Amino acid sequence: MRFYSFTEEPYPDAWASGADSLRVKLPNRLCDPEEAARLYHEYIDEWQLCDELGLDIFVNEHHSTATCLTASANIILAILARTTKRARLLALGFPIGNRPDPLRVAEELSMIDVISRGRLEMGFVKGVPYEIHPSNSNPATLTARFWEAHDLILKAMISHDGPFSWEGEFFQYRNVNIWPRPWQQPHPPVWVSCVSVGSATSIAERGHVLGTVMTGYKAKDLFDEYRRVWRRQSKPDPLPLDRLCYAGFLGVGETEAEGRRRGALVAQYLRTNSIVAEAFKNPPGFVAPAAGAKMIKQTGSMTFQSHNVATKEGRVLNSFAKASVQDLIDGGLLFAGTPDQVFRQIVDFYDTVGGFEHMQLMSQAGTMGCADVEANLTLFAKEVMPRLQEYGRMRRKQMGLPPEPALA
Amino acid sequence: MADQQAGVSSIEVNGIATGLIRRGSGRPLLFLHPEIGLSPSAPVIGLLAERFAVIAPSLPGFGHSALPPGFTVDDLAYFGLDLLDALDLREVVLVGVAFGGWIAAEIATKSQERIARLVLVNPVGIKTGGREERDLQDIFGLTQAELDAMSYHDPSLARFDPKEASEDDIYVRLRNRETAARFAWSPYMHNPRLASRLHRIRVPSLVLWGESDRIASADYGRAYAARIPGARFETVARAGRYPHLERPDHFARRIAEFVAANQF
Repeated sequence: MRFYSFTEEPYPDAWASGADSLRVKLPNRLCDPEEAARLYHEYIDEWQLCDELGLDIFVNEHHSTATCLTASANIILAILARTTKRARLLALGFPIGNRPDPLRVAEELSMIDVISRGRLEMGFVKGVPYEIHPSNSNPATLTARFWEAHDLILKAMISHDGPFSWEGEFFQYRNVNIWPRPWQQPHPPVWVSCVSVGSATSIAERGHVLGTVMTGYKAKDLFDEYRRVWRRQSKPDPLPLDRLCYAGFLGVGETEAEGRRRGALVAQYLRTNSIVAEAFKNPPGFVAPAAGAKMIKQTGSMTFQSHNVATKEGRVLNSFAKASVQDLIDGGLLFAGTPDQVFRQIVDFYDTVGGFEHMQLMSQAGTMGCADVEANLTLFAKEVMPRLQEYGRMRRKQMGLPPEPALA
Repeated sequence: MADQQAGVSSIEVNGIATGLIRRGSGRPLLFLHPEIGLSPSAPVIGLLAERFAVIAPSLPGFGHSALPPGFTVDDLAYFGLDLLDALDLREVVLVGVAFGGWIAAEIATKSQERIARLVLVNPVGIKTGGREERDLQDIFGLTQAELDAMSYHDPSLARFDPKEASEDDIYVRLRNRETAARFAWSPYMHNPRLASRLHRIRVPSLVLWGESDRIASADYGRAYAARIPGARFETVARAGRYPHLERPDHFARRIAEFVAANQF
């Protein structure tokens, strides 16, 4: 198993402003560049520590928001490509349906892959609804544009015999011929994130790595759909676990109380994540009208429920903002406590959803400072990760899967 | 289902399955709905049908009408011309409200062969201000309550309860919003080329403006009318951007008077 440490690089000072929206319209006068610089350096140091501890690294990007200072995943990865030595560098990811120029994305990703000597894990995301207004991308055509950008980026990476032309519905280029070409052949591994079964189908059809976040035990439905498509395509059974990734939240401590305290700090992400003005939560066509009508008819409300996580026992957590640490643990979102408790929580989740090779762990959020983050990462890497890797090897064997490739 | 209502049918226009309301007799009146579509039960249809042969399509992508891939506002205008050809309509009174006003203006700049009179009602489609001025409020960046308050003189008319509505009604509402964004997301609610083409309109034209429209101002409407040779500009009191819903009697009467005053 591989574990990717994650922070969204939050700017928590602005959260205290009491604004009704931390995203899209929060004025950037609330951002002090000196404080932003301090935070960037701190977060980069923490990722550097991951490299030393044997953890991998996961970044994403958001725009116009105090919840995430990573406005460009590529810029952080470009730094880490040079300063880290061994960690896999996962971006999940690049909002390629919102980017005006996918050719530029292909060039930047190839550079990162080459500079890191083949450590890039290349994730593409459709993005959350509140990314639509900052990016100006048309929500009604987002999915089609996403897949056209995806096709173009991959073709640019695997074409080595001079320019080709591209005259698509959304993107037109007379001369695609990227330099450098990527280090990994034919291209870096592709990841796509999703929260719905319909999206899982299109990811599985292409054989990409499926990542999912904030879905709790619903992840099983997505993983099952992947397995169904895999079998339908008559690929070798069972599905290799390296096609699946689950993202959770992490709080480890020497004592249960300390682990849960760190878990509560990381959970600040869940509590602030959706403080977004109502107007930006539901862009036109972001949810397909037929699916949207079904949801609205069921709930009786014109507002879509973005998160509807249930515990293993079926208890629904309607609001992350109001959920307790215990609720979040029960919902399979947060793994928190002593190293032994965290190990057992993750194993239980792993077996409930049918296993996965990759795990993203948010290990910093909100106001959680470097002392807690370092302890969180170190305890996990030293006390939990080796046991989980051993467990993963044992489960692979039971499932009849070949041993995982040697770790970098 | 809405499609089972009287006067509602469907037609293939250049291969596009199109929902169509046809009611009344007399001079043909082609009604192009705003971004929120048009319910077949809207009283305005019957009021117009007392004086005209009303033809009110659901534009491609709206209601249950098909939407060919890659369709643009330009294609919507050609769709309108194709529809006039398909039904062989002549000396038509062309009426468009809000987004439909934009399409009506696009049609008229391309061909007036089958059009005798043009009525634009709170139309969008042109840019009048500078690059740092927003002519039109961003309807895709407002809550439903804000949007209703800015669109209607009496927002209670806009009330929509998903608990009472059928799943199909909700679907149409979501689809209309999606399709409006598809056509009008960016450049927002306008075609940068349209303003310089409005001079081509030679038929007698009336621009009606619901005064309570706060998505666009009456000055925007005046600037629009000023670009159409000889166009008359007239405000409608106690109505927002959808006067056909808020003042259907006045709306139908003013169109009939305008047509009568400008004899063919």
